[in-house]
Amino acid sequence: MTSEDHLRAFLERAPYIRFLGMTAELAGDELTGILPFSPHLIGNTLLPALHGGVIGGFLEMTALAQLAVTQSTPRVHKTIDVTIEYLRPGRALTTYARADLRKVGRRIANVHVEAWQEARSQPIAALRGHFMLAED
Amino acid sequence: MSDTNPNLPNPNLDAAAAMATEVPQAAALGFQMVSAGDARGVMHVPWREDLVGDPETAVIASGVVTSLLDHCCGMAITAATGERRPTATLDLRIDYMRPAASRAGVTVEAHCYHMTRSIAFVRAHAWDADPADPIATAQAAFMLAGPVGPGTGGAA
Repeated sequence: MTSEDHLRAFLERAPYIRFLGMTAELAGDELTGILPFSPHLIGNTLLPALHGGVIGGFLEMTALAQLAVTQSTPRVHKTIDVTIEYLRPGRALTTYARADLRKVGRRIANVHVEAWQEARSQPIAALRGHFMLAED
Repeated sequence: MSDTNPNLPNPNLDAAAAMATEVPQAAALGFQMVSAGDARGVMHVPWREDLVGDPETAVIASGVVTSLLDHCCGMAITAATGERRPTATLDLRIDYMRPAASRAGVTVEAHCYHMTRSIAFVRAHAWDADPADPIATAQAAFMLAGPVGPGTGGAA
């Protein structure tokens, strides 16, 4: 299976990813998570702004998608812990995210993810997390 | 598990209940308010096929739990202040103890245990069947904006 195959399998596998409306693109082995704006993702109707849980879920799914591509396994890795930092409100715009695999050990991966909208230099949120790698 | 007595009149309940239905993301996920009061909020999300993270196990996605934890923390702040003030999440730390049971809904209790003029500190835990056997715990800090009105954006 190619990286594209692993990514497609990951995106099609989880109903929750379809619920979010998340997609992703690959440049080589580097993945960009893409979350088009949709009204059901709103958490604050006054601004309007994306729900904090939506941003957190999207960041986590981007980390898992990058791991699925890099680890070349159809198994789903398990989230151990995540710390989500919210930097700016998520506007009613498409959101992008990239994951940085800081350390992939035999059993555990440490992953940092950053999300942005109009400018990558102005991230809206970041996630740091540990993931238990699925065994083949 | 909540020490809120649902039989007592609670002026915060309406504002808190509205949070479960008026927010588009909460409505889309099917959040239900269970109780609110005494700086605590309890909310429930029923299991649903389209919210599953891994079809092999039919366990609800962790992202849904993230949304419920974040949302319920906001409800605990509403229960603590007695009004719906715009809040912005500063950070949210979640530890996942174990996956939820297959085809199980999730309940969250959040407690706003300390508040300053501008910051609220909240702890929460999530469970599927037994509050004493959590699937996840969370710790969060929120910035409190001023009362709703012109010129108050609600965000940092």
